[in-house]
Amino acid sequence: MNQQELQALRTLIAAHKRKDFLFGILGIFALMIGVLTFLSLFANMAIEGLGRIDADFLTSFPSRRAANAGILSAWVGSTLVMLVTAFAAVPIGVASGIYLEEYAPKNWMTDIIEINISNLAGVPSIIYGLLALGLFVYTFGLGQSILSAGLTLALLILPVVIVATREAIRSIPQIIREGAYACGATTWQVVRDHIVPYSSAGILTGIIIGMARAIGETAPIITIGALTFIAFLPPAPFAGDPPAGMFDWLFAPFTVMPIQMFNWTSRPEAAFATNAAAAGFILVLMTLAMNGLAIWLRYRLRKNINW
Amino acid sequence: MNDAANHESLPGLKAEARNLNFFYDKFHALKNINMPVYEKKVTALIGPSGCGKSTYLRCFNRMHDLYPGNRYEGAIEFHPDRTNLLSPKVDPIEVRMRISMVFQKPNPFPKSIFENVAYGLRVRGERTRSVIEDKVEMALRGAALWDEVKDRLKEQGANLSGGQQQRLCIARALASDPELMLFDEPTSALDPIATASIEELVSELKEKVTVLIVTHNMQQAARISDFTAYMYLGEMVEFGVTDQIFIKPQKKQTEDYITGRFG
Repeated sequence: MNQQELQALRTLIAAHKRKDFLFGILGIFALMIGVLTFLSLFANMAIEGLGRIDADFLTSFPSRRAANAGILSAWVGSTLVMLVTAFAAVPIGVASGIYLEEYAPKNWMTDIIEINISNLAGVPSIIYGLLALGLFVYTFGLGQSILSAGLTLALLILPVVIVATREAIRSIPQIIREGAYACGATTWQVVRDHIVPYSSAGILTGIIIGMARAIGETAPIITIGALTFIAFLPPAPFAGDPPAGMFDWLFAPFTVMPIQMFNWTSRPEAAFATNAAAAGFILVLMTLAMNGLAIWLRYRLRKNINW
Repeated sequence: MNDAANHESLPGLKAEARNLNFFYDKFHALKNINMPVYEKKVTALIGPSGCGKSTYLRCFNRMHDLYPGNRYEGAIEFHPDRTNLLSPKVDPIEVRMRISMVFQKPNPFPKSIFENVAYGLRVRGERTRSVIEDKVEMALRGAALWDEVKDRLKEQGANLSGGQQQRLCIARALASDPELMLFDEPTSALDPIATASIEELVSELKEKVTVLIVTHNMQQAARISDFTAYMYLGEMVEFGVTDQIFIKPQKKQTEDYITGRFG
């Protein structure tokens, strides 16, 4: 290659590298739009609301006077609703995912079920609220209770849990299954001894991400008739006279964090807007904490699993 | 094909394939296979890739039942009780409890070394700690792995080297006292030193158990097996005593493959 050709080649490479660099810049810019928007929202909420957060705010009921109002009934309500959601969505979702991956025959019925589950994930949450209002609140007579709300949100995140379970199960190499079957294991033994333990990290991550979505849901909870102003707590779970009294809390009226926020933002006084920002800040923290837990669990549980 | 059967002082039969046909959906993968498997001997299956030797091996523990669309015809008679392994009336779980398998790639479970070996016993409902411990030790000794792992039984199986992992899988297959052990190209993912140790192990195993091994390596078949079957395009071309197959094959096709003119 002579000097001239070499020069031409270098010019060409330099031109290619410029495009490389330009795309890098474009990528960072695109990324920043998302990250900065979230950060500024979060910072704005923090600046506005952080000064309002203290022990009293967490331990007071809502009040007509903004300075006295707190989020006690809201965070207790959110926690209890999440408890019901977890107890309902986890067994049903995980069992469905396991069935679809390990037991279901591969035929058109299974295909239709699979397509429907993916579609369910895209149904607007208010539709779930309407369904729950008819089914849980009136037909089953569960009332406008923690139980109704928990079951509604469980329905909402069921597709997420099922899909996460299936993804986690699919990442187990087929040769591990064959090894277990070759030892004489039944499908149930393979599921119990191998599939569930090896996919638990992925399944847990899916559950927590689903829950993090559910805790911020407002529309379906309003639809089934959660209260917007509530100045008492439901009975403590499992504390009443056994057996029936232990479950009184399930049928108690309640409110949740996003509804409390919604309620405050619709008030004209500026002090309530500050309350809403403070509650929003705590809600985001709750969500981030759940996502953090998901990351930590995934790391812990996957440490010992390599194929 | 029945030359071997006329051979003097033949050992007892452990299994016998009779008019075995196998279909992946419409694809006729195994064509009318007849072959004996002799007790406490090593039988090697050789042939070019795609000839059906792994497919044939996986008939013995009904591995094909795990996937839809597979179909067997004919029989594999398992001695001494003459159970037809392929009969729909015979539960594949029962078959796999009697016949164990070692795979092409080491596939230890992501569990401890101890639990890997103990798994076959746990599947059988064995709960007595001392029984499990004894059997695990025996199996690990049988797989020539005990001395290397006896102080680290709680460690993950995946921490072992490739060759050790494969011996761990052999120990797992050995722990439940199988009558027949299937090996599906057990050394194809291993280096030469690990391969040598597995080969030695397989030769020793036949004192206790019958071995059926698929190999793509003819030297390996010559080194470790007592009987050899040459397969091509789903058919059993020739079966006989290993020395005879390698020194004086009856069929031209076998000779071409063994001398490297083909395959």
